[in-house]
Amino acid sequence: PPQVVPGADPSARQLCFAWGPAEVLVCETRFGRAGRAGAGARVLTGSVADSAGEAPGSSRVFVVRRDQDIYIQTLRKLFNESHGIFMGLQRSEEELAGKSRKAQLVQVSKNYRSVIRACMEDMHQAAVSTRDPALQGQYSTQVSILSAMELIWNLCEILFVEAAAAGPLLLRLLDWVRLHVCDVDSMVREVLSSENPSKHKLFWNVVDVFVLQGRMDEARHLLSKEATANPTSMNMYKILDDLMKKMPMPSLGNTQTLTELELKWQHWHEECQRFLQDGTFASNPHMESICKILLGDEDAILEKKELMTTWYHFLVTRLLYSNPTVKPMELRFYAQSSMDLFLGGESSPEPLDMILMAAFEFEMHQVIKECSIVLSNWWFVAHLTDLLDHCKLLQSHNLYFGSNMREFLLLEYASGLFSHHSLWQLGVDYFDHCPEYGRVYLELHIERIPLNTEQKALKVLRICEQRQMHEQVRSICKIMAMKALRNNRLGSALSWSIRAKDAAFATLISDRFLKDYCERGCFSDLDLIDNLGPSMLLSDRLTFLGKYREFHRLYGEKRFPEAARLLLTLMTAHIAPCSFWMTLLTDALPLLEQKEIIFSAEQTYELMRCLEDLTAGNVDKQKFQEDDETTKVEMLRLALARNLARVIVKEGTVEGS
Amino acid sequence: QDNRISLWSTGDLGNVGLNGEYHGEPHLLCDIQHNGDVMDMQFLDQERIVVGSSTGTVTIFRHHQNNQTLSANHWWEKAHHHVDQDTSCGGAVCTGVVCNNPEIVTVGEDGRINLFRADQKDAVRTIDNADSSTLHAVTFLRTTEILTVNSIGQLKIWDLRQQRNEPSQIFSLAGDRVPLHCVDRHPNQQHIVATGGQDGMLSIWDIRQGTMPVSLLNAHEAEMWEVHFHPSNPDHLFTCSEDGSLWHWDASTNVSEKPSFLHQGGRSTTYFSHSTINQSVVSAWLSNDPTKDRMEITNLIPNQTLSVNSLDVLGPCLVYGTDAEAIYVNRQLFA
Repeated sequence: PPQVVPGADPSARQLCFAWGPAEVLVCETRFGRAGRAGAGARVLTGSVADSAGEAPGSSRVFVVRRDQDIYIQTLRKLFNESHGIFMGLQRSEEELAGKSRKAQLVQVSKNYRSVIRACMEDMHQAAVSTRDPALQGQYSTQVSILSAMELIWNLCEILFVEAAAAGPLLLRLLDWVRLHVCDVDSMVREVLSSENPSKHKLFWNVVDVFVLQGRMDEARHLLSKEATANPTSMNMYKILDDLMKKMPMPSLGNTQTLTELELKWQHWHEECQRFLQDGTFASNPHMESICKILLGDEDAILEKKELMTTWYHFLVTRLLYSNPTVKPMELRFYAQSSMDLFLGGESSPEPLDMILMAAFEFEMHQVIKECSIVLSNWWFVAHLTDLLDHCKLLQSHNLYFGSNMREFLLLEYASGLFSHHSLWQLGVDYFDHCPEYGRVYLELHIERIPLNTEQKALKVLRICEQRQMHEQVRSICKIMAMKALRNNRLGSALSWSIRAKDAAFATLISDRFLKDYCERGCFSDLDLIDNLGPSMLLSDRLTFLGKYREFHRLYGEKRFPEAARLLLTLMTAHIAPCSFWMTLLTDALPLLEQKEIIFSAEQTYELMRCLEDLTAGNVDKQKFQEDDETTKVEMLRLALARNLARVIVKEGTVEGS
Repeated sequence: QDNRISLWSTGDLGNVGLNGEYHGEPHLLCDIQHNGDVMDMQFLDQERIVVGSSTGTVTIFRHHQNNQTLSANHWWEKAHHHVDQDTSCGGAVCTGVVCNNPEIVTVGEDGRINLFRADQKDAVRTIDNADSSTLHAVTFLRTTEILTVNSIGQLKIWDLRQQRNEPSQIFSLAGDRVPLHCVDRHPNQQHIVATGGQDGMLSIWDIRQGTMPVSLLNAHEAEMWEVHFHPSNPDHLFTCSEDGSLWHWDASTNVSEKPSFLHQGGRSTTYFSHSTINQSVVSAWLSNDPTKDRMEITNLIPNQTLSVNSLDVLGPCLVYGTDAEAIYVNRQLFA
């Protein structure tokens, strides 16, 4: 059904639109109507008010969501619970064959229906308790939609999932009618609760209702009240009561075969016929009409149209009294004629009627197609189709773009869920069970979930990791790490890069730390750097950072020889980036100037080599270097030379004497 | 988004059936709108609830029992915030809240620790940049000391009496710095602390000795969101996880003394015996001898699907909530 976007007026402003994964963006452009063309063909997509004042007011962006229903609060229970049932169905054992499997599937179907009914209850409560008339209207509409869904599902359960055979089929259909045609319930209650039911003006209506719905015991009970009140018709009553008592009904167990039932029924039918023709009930029109109904007289049944309210009630009553052993495949003929007779050309069938008709005709695909068109949400068709698929009833009807109908509907449903800030988690499981395209859809959708808390990001990450979606893991961790970095949360940023095993980012973070150190002369976030542990090995720069901090610690603890050794290793093992060598050598200065000799001769030679390596590259740049640089280099050279001198003497000296 | 704080009643005594089973569902007493995701909450006293939000605001809600309503009593806006480079103050997620009437301590993704008093408008104390990574949870160690866990796998003790903004002790895991998500302290023996990690590992620490955990128990297959010692039966521990399971860890020492055929579903029936608790000099949690004490671990969720985000336990009652938007109440935990 076409949707109107409130506020977007194409006659006032020219509109443009862009498709998104679950939404459409509609924007007002700079161009108004009636020849107000702006310079060039540029289109502003939803930006701020035009400064030149050309267009009146600011441009607005409309976000048009495809699936409105997921935002209805009371339907959330439906989505959540049905997700649980869906998962249970997917995981259930396929090895069970025959009856037990069928019983299992019927149970699943019943579970779905009870969820729909529970939701209907909640929605009804909401409608009753709200004071806002618009909301009330919305809730009431939802209640009737849910009720229709349950009606259709129930019929599909009887005809397709349970595939009731002739005999039990009628009983199931009777239950179905009794459950869903409830317009007469209030009338029934009223009569039953009155002091003297037989005197009530609607008494016969209620008796008729019971007869039409095949509720023989209840009808007989009421009739007995009439008999006691009206002794003159005692004779008639006894006969009618007897007929009703003896009426043969199909049974659920295996107590009789269909042929037996048919014979008995034929016998009984003839008996009723005789009593009617004998004029037994002639003096009481009510009882006579009941007898006619028992005989399956269509006109007599049709007279009670208002009590039946729907053509499918008429259908079932007709079957009850003319062909109780109807076979499933025969239903279609009765259905079509019932609808025609009932509607009688006055009114045309509604969408619901067409869907039910398609079901009676066993046209499953038609049912699904009609439901898809009529309903605003994919929930119903997706779950029903999935169930029917599990019953192995849908031929692998390949659609032109490769996936089958079940998968198509599940994909559509799950995609709708993904536009919801919280229900997307359910969508993940649905995608998992779409073998062809599920994974691709998931990959595309999962990166677009807004991550406003770390906890949410962790949940998304876990989903990606469990499905080996490494690209997405890296991408999400990078996003979170960047956010953390921007907020100056270096520890968080590092934690995210460790999760993604992202060496490049770890290098970035370490550089940030080192930069801070160079600017401030001290380390920030010591609790992080001091406790890097094995994660230090993630990136070379990170290792350097850890070790450099260790050097400072050793120096602070006055463990100079160890500090010296570490410092040297940092340079010779090329752990330190070249840019940092100058700083390291400068750090070596105080060690060289110490009273005791710390660096050995070999170490000193190493240091000198490092210095030469460093300055060799700078030969070109020299004159433009700051004096600091050259001073430093000179100081270093001097210190190194002095240390070398001292250490040679010391090492050359023979101990003792 | 419509987030609400709701107060439920899990029923009156009139609903108890023949076997003492509970019939009937919890029903909603009252609820109130909440701005942002509810990240953590705790009862301050019989009437007040402290809630930490994803917007960084910490709110105290009061439950008015006479007319069954909730109202926002007091709040500290932007208790947690990031300072952006263009100096606009963006809210940061408040990840953990713990109360010890009248004191409230909160921690957040901004690495900040706040100390509030219920009646005071401003924070009593704020430790900015207490941690360079996200603080995931906080709990009281003693009245003046708190424990925090962060996303680089560290457990820190903070002494709130001291003015310096440094933790008094730092513990960390041995190997990879797996983020820790939850922490709880043994109700009676204050040196025993349990933490849960991102890899689903349960760690038990003895904070009197060493800087590493005493035992590491491989538990869940995904993040462990919450860990709780049972307040009156601390030999029982409960953990819940992203993998959709909720485990009940039963370390009551007399489990191993009974011959195995007497176990009924692995639950000890004499956990009430106080003498057992007093006799154990070394708590079952710290014992390293696997042959001596066996721990019974039970998954309390039969058909797990989505994550169990939060749980709480008191007396015989256990309540937990899942990502399937369902809350479960078990009122006969030890039956």
